[in-house]
Amino acid sequence: MISLEFLVASAIAVLTAAGVYLVLRRRTFPVVLGVAFLSYAINVFLFAMGRLLIDRPPLYDKAAQGHTDPLPQALVLTAIVISFGMTALVVVLALRSYLETGGDRVDGTSDAEGAP
Amino acid sequence: MSLIVSYWVVASLILPAVTGAAIVLFLRHHLTLSRLASIGSCLTLVAVAGVLVVEAGDGLIQSYAMGNWRAPFGIVLVLDRLAAMMLLLTAVLALIVLVYAISTGTDRKGWHFHPLFQFQLLGLNGAFLTGDLFNLFVFFEVLLIASYGLMLHGQGGERFKAGVQYVIINLVGSTLFLVGVGLLYGVTGTLNMADLALRVAAASPGDQGLIAAAGLLLTTVFALKAAVVPLHFWLPGTYAATTGTVAALFAIMTKVGAYSIIRTSTLIFGAEAGDLAFVAAPWLLPAALLTIGIGFIGLFAARGLRDLAAWAVVGSMGTLLCAVSVFTVPSMGPALYYILHSTLAGAALFLVADLIAQRRADHGDAITLAPRFRQIEVLSALFFLAAIGAVGLPPLSGFVGKLLVLDGVRASPHALWIWGAILTTTVLGVLAFARAGSMIFWKSASVEGEIPLRSLRGRRGGVGAAAALVLVLAGLTVLAGPVTAYTAAAAQQLFAPDQYIEAVLGPHSGGRR
Repeated sequence: MISLEFLVASAIAVLTAAGVYLVLRRRTFPVVLGVAFLSYAINVFLFAMGRLLIDRPPLYDKAAQGHTDPLPQALVLTAIVISFGMTALVVVLALRSYLETGGDRVDGTSDAEGAP
Repeated sequence: MSLIVSYWVVASLILPAVTGAAIVLFLRHHLTLSRLASIGSCLTLVAVAGVLVVEAGDGLIQSYAMGNWRAPFGIVLVLDRLAAMMLLLTAVLALIVLVYAISTGTDRKGWHFHPLFQFQLLGLNGAFLTGDLFNLFVFFEVLLIASYGLMLHGQGGERFKAGVQYVIINLVGSTLFLVGVGLLYGVTGTLNMADLALRVAAASPGDQGLIAAAGLLLTTVFALKAAVVPLHFWLPGTYAATTGTVAALFAIMTKVGAYSIIRTSTLIFGAEAGDLAFVAAPWLLPAALLTIGIGFIGLFAARGLRDLAAWAVVGSMGTLLCAVSVFTVPSMGPALYYILHSTLAGAALFLVADLIAQRRADHGDAITLAPRFRQIEVLSALFFLAAIGAVGLPPLSGFVGKLLVLDGVRASPHALWIWGAILTTTVLGVLAFARAGSMIFWKSASVEGEIPLRSLRGRRGGVGAAAALVLVLAGLTVLAGPVTAYTAAAAQQLFAPDQYIEAVLGPHSGGRR
C-alpha cells in the first residue's frame, strides 16, 4: 500500500510540474491557471511541513495522545487568502489588458507577429 | 523596550494603515482632504522615523512583541540601526514623491492614488521592522499589492502589458518565498528570525542541505526584488511603463530586496551558522558583478530618459550588492551608505525625466532632437546634477559612496574584480549620460522654435521636489562624516547578531509580563 507521505509528495510534485509548465505558456489564461496550480502546490507543501499526523488534534487537549502542529495550518490559511486575492487580481488585469491592447500574450506581442 | 519607543515603532505601521483606510472609506471623493491626510501622514512618518533613528543610534536593539505574545511564539517588531535608517529613507523619499505627485497632478489620473501610496508605505515599513520570516512575506505581499495598483495608475495599453508581466513574475516570486519559508519551518520548527539564527547554528549535519536550499531559495526571491541579473528582466519595462512619480517611489522597492538579503544573510546565515555561514555569498558576488555590467551597458540601449533611469537603477543595485556580497564589517558600512545614495539618486532621475517628458509634449522623454521646451534652463541643471549623482562623480554623494565601497572591499580576495567592474562602469555611465544629455539639451539648441504647451502643472512644486532630492544628495555629501559613522555602527550591529537575538529572546525582550 502507498504511504501517505508518498501520496502527498507526489501530489505536490504533479501540481508543481503542471504549474511550471502552464506559467511558461504564452497566453495569459494558461499562465493564470499555472499560478493557481503553483499556489495549490505550495499550500499542500506548507501543510506537510507540519508533518503528516492522523487523528491528532491541533489544539491542546488533555486526553489526546499527541498533537499536530497548528502553525502550518495558520500559515496555509494566510497563504490561501493572499493567493486567492492575487488570482482574482491577475484575472481582472489579464482581461483588462486584453481589452486594452487587443492581445492576450504575456510577452506583449500581437497575434499577427509570428506563429501562434 | 521602553513604552514610549514602542509606541513610535508601532506608529510607523499604524499611521499609514489607518490613513490609507480612512482615505478610501471617507475621503475618496474629496481630493483636497485626501491630499492633506496623505501629506500629514508622510510628514508625521518623517518625524517618527527621525525619532527612531535617534533612539536606535545609542546602539541598543529594541523589540516589540505584538499583542504581548512573547517571541518566539508571537510576531515581534525589531528596531535596530539598519531598520531605523531604512524607515527614515522611506519616509523622506515618500514625502518628496508625494509632493511631486500632488503638484504635477499625477494623483488625479486615476482612482485611489493616496490610499495605495499609504498601503505601500505600510508594506515597506513593516518589511523593515519585522523580526519574523512569515510576517516578512506578508509585508512583502502588502507592498506588492499596493505596488500593482500604483504601477497601473493612470492606465494605458503599454502600462497594462508591462503590468501583467510585473504581477505574474512577482506571484511566482511569492511562491518561491513560501517554499523557502516552509522548508525552514519544516527543518527548524520556528519562523522567528532570531530563533532561526540559533536553530540554524545548532542544526544537525543531516539537516544542513535542506537549510542551505531554503536559504538559497530565499536569496533568489530577494534577488528577484532587487533586480539582480539574471532576474532583472522585469525592471526596465516596468519602470519605464509606469508614471515617473511611481517609478521614483519604486526606487526604494529594489532596496527592500537588498535589505532582506542583508538581514537574512547576517542574522540567520551569519558567521555562527558554521558550514552554512553566508551560504548565498558565492552566488551573489558573480551575479552582482554581472548586474553592474548589464546595468551600465543597458544605459546605451535606452531610447528614453526613463529607460535610462531604469538601467541606472539596475547598475546601482549591482554596485550595492558587490559591496554587500563581501559580507564584512568594513564593506557593509559603505554598502548601507550607498543604499541611501542610490535610492535618492534613482528617484531624482525618474522625477527629472518625468518633468522633461511633460514639457516636451509629443516628444516625451525620447532621446532625440526636439525644439526648446519650458524651464529648459533649470531642468538641464537638474538633469546634470541627477546624472552626476547616479554615475557617482564628485561632488555629490555617489562619489563618496563609490569611494567608500572601493575602500571597504579591499580586503576581499575578489577586490580586483569589484574595483575593475565599478571603475569601468563609472566611465560607461559618464558616456551614456553625456550622450543623452547632449542630445536633449545641447544639440537640440540648434532646432528652431519652442514646444507649445497648453497647460503646465508642477512649475514650482514639481521642479522643487526634484531639486529637493538633489539637495538631500548634497546633504548626504556634506554630512558624510556622521552618516558613515552611523552606517558603520549599523554594520557592526549586523555582524554581532547575538545582540539582536538577545533583544528578541532575552529576559529583557519586548512585552510586559
